[in-house]
Amino acid sequence: MVRLAFGDKVMMVIIYIFLAFLAFVTFYPFWNGLVISFNSGSDTAMGGVTFWPRDFTLENYGIVFQDNRLLNGFKISVLRTVIGTISSILVTSIFAYGMTKRELIGRKYYMIMCIVTMYFGGGLIPTFMLVRGLGLMDSFWVFIIPGLVSVWNMIIFRTFFNGLPSGLEESAKIDGCGNWGIFFKIILPLSGPVIATLSLFTAVSHWNEWFLPSIYINNENLLPIQTMLRQILNSNIMSEQMSNLDSASQAVLSRMQSVTSKSLSMATMMVATLPIIMVYPFVQKHFVKGVLVGSLKE
Amino acid sequence: MAQISVEQKPVPKRKKESLLLRFAKQWDIQLMVLPALALVFVFSYIPMYGILMAFQDFNIFKGMGDSPWAGFKHFEMFFESPEFMTVMRNTIVISLLKFLIGFPAPILLALMLNEVRHMFFKRLVQTVSYLPHFLSWVIVSGFAISLLSTDNGTVNILLQKLNLIEEPINFLSLPEYFWGILVTTGVWKEIGFSSIVYLAAVAGVDPHMYEAADMDGASKFRQIFTITLPSIMPVVVIFMILAIGNLLTAGFEDILLLAKNPVLREVSDVIDTYVYRIGIENSRFSYATAVGLFKAVISVMLLTIANLIARKSGNSLW
Repeated sequence: MVRLAFGDKVMMVIIYIFLAFLAFVTFYPFWNGLVISFNSGSDTAMGGVTFWPRDFTLENYGIVFQDNRLLNGFKISVLRTVIGTISSILVTSIFAYGMTKRELIGRKYYMIMCIVTMYFGGGLIPTFMLVRGLGLMDSFWVFIIPGLVSVWNMIIFRTFFNGLPSGLEESAKIDGCGNWGIFFKIILPLSGPVIATLSLFTAVSHWNEWFLPSIYINNENLLPIQTMLRQILNSNIMSEQMSNLDSASQAVLSRMQSVTSKSLSMATMMVATLPIIMVYPFVQKHFVKGVLVGSLKE
Repeated sequence: MAQISVEQKPVPKRKKESLLLRFAKQWDIQLMVLPALALVFVFSYIPMYGILMAFQDFNIFKGMGDSPWAGFKHFEMFFESPEFMTVMRNTIVISLLKFLIGFPAPILLALMLNEVRHMFFKRLVQTVSYLPHFLSWVIVSGFAISLLSTDNGTVNILLQKLNLIEEPINFLSLPEYFWGILVTTGVWKEIGFSSIVYLAAVAGVDPHMYEAADMDGASKFRQIFTITLPSIMPVVVIFMILAIGNLLTAGFEDILLLAKNPVLREVSDVIDTYVYRIGIENSRFSYATAVGLFKAVISVMLLTIANLIARKSGNSLW
């Protein structure tokens, strides 16, 4: 290895210090949130809880897991993520496969129709009126149907399918396989990496999305966990009360003086983050590839 | 074939039939794309038609067909409204701040990561810094609220320990801190993830160039500016074009979640949040649509101009 000049040594030291600082600053909010969620609320309120729980307790999580509304929100989020991801990936990949066919009549116009939507859209209000007009207000399907087709993902799928060897398709055709058969028996099984990547991104955006339910859903039983969490954090600021919990939890809460809204909202946040943290280490390789696939298209 | 070409007249008709026939024959692949295109039509094109609301006095009970036309009334109302200056100023200042700090930050990070030779350390920094991208803004705002709270938030504790402040500062209800908080949380969330693309571009630089520079005695620091940066410039330009097209998108989720205190409205209201507040919360549909359209038109113009400039330098988007 080439020996570094003095100036470069200084630069390397600065880089290492900066990167270590960045890693710390990124990690600390998680850690502090986790610590607060495991620390008794009344103790947290005295201050100074930073790196380690001082008064360890599971009470905060106890409340969260007893609250039927939060559990229901969790269930809605899981349902939405699973159904939304599978259906969107399926519809979009079938769409993309059709678009790879040279003989498809109208292919050029179909493509233009898709690309226009990437640069121009109706905006918030006309979309809101449309959803309202379609009767999707206060319906679970408002989470699923508008996101069934993703033009962006379609283009990525299409690029991937175009890169597959065409000989496979032809031999299947000779064996009497139709286009749908080829798609399900040959194309899909070969598309593992791209399906994994796009599913990951779709699932994460479903899990994290909180805004649409806040305008389209009034029925509390249909609110996903992120939207409920927002309400809890809101009430946390406005008035230090936990009116967002159901009555059973409020009764439990009144007996447990040590739980505060801060410790409770931290525990809820940790529960809402947990699925992401859990899958994160396993998917890291995929998403790095996925970003690159996406950016190559740009 | 020869027979038909002798008869002149039926030719166009035959062609038309054959198109239909060909279409019918490929019903299986048309069936793959038409349902999806119908969804694209419904969820993207019908709202585009709905933009006409901006030129109406839209009445929710009458619907678009029967609502009276109003011309440019709503646009004029927006330009003359007292909020116009505030909203435009906030939009431009916030997005410029985000652009000036948030755009170079991941490039800088990628350049730094590229110099790190300890693979474990490099991977650790990458793993940690990519993570916030996958969190929802609700969670990120929750962290920010917790860390910045007067009630023993870490930031206040730290500043007090360092004797920089006497009393805890209520950061999230003081207008002067808001832009800083917004930009910081944005960079915190996306710096790592946005650096992936640049890191890949940096990895694609021909190593021979560095060897040659080493022999010529160029320092590592010098090599960053004379080799690495120029090599990744095409990628940088493409992302810059996209960023310029989004210049009027100053933020939405982050602002809605962090600026809950109405005191902050004078510094936090941007076009998108204004459209949301006026349109959804106050139900002034036509007015809000007009404001949204105003933004969309300017954005498309900005994107086109940015692309024109980039095309001259040979790095255009299309």
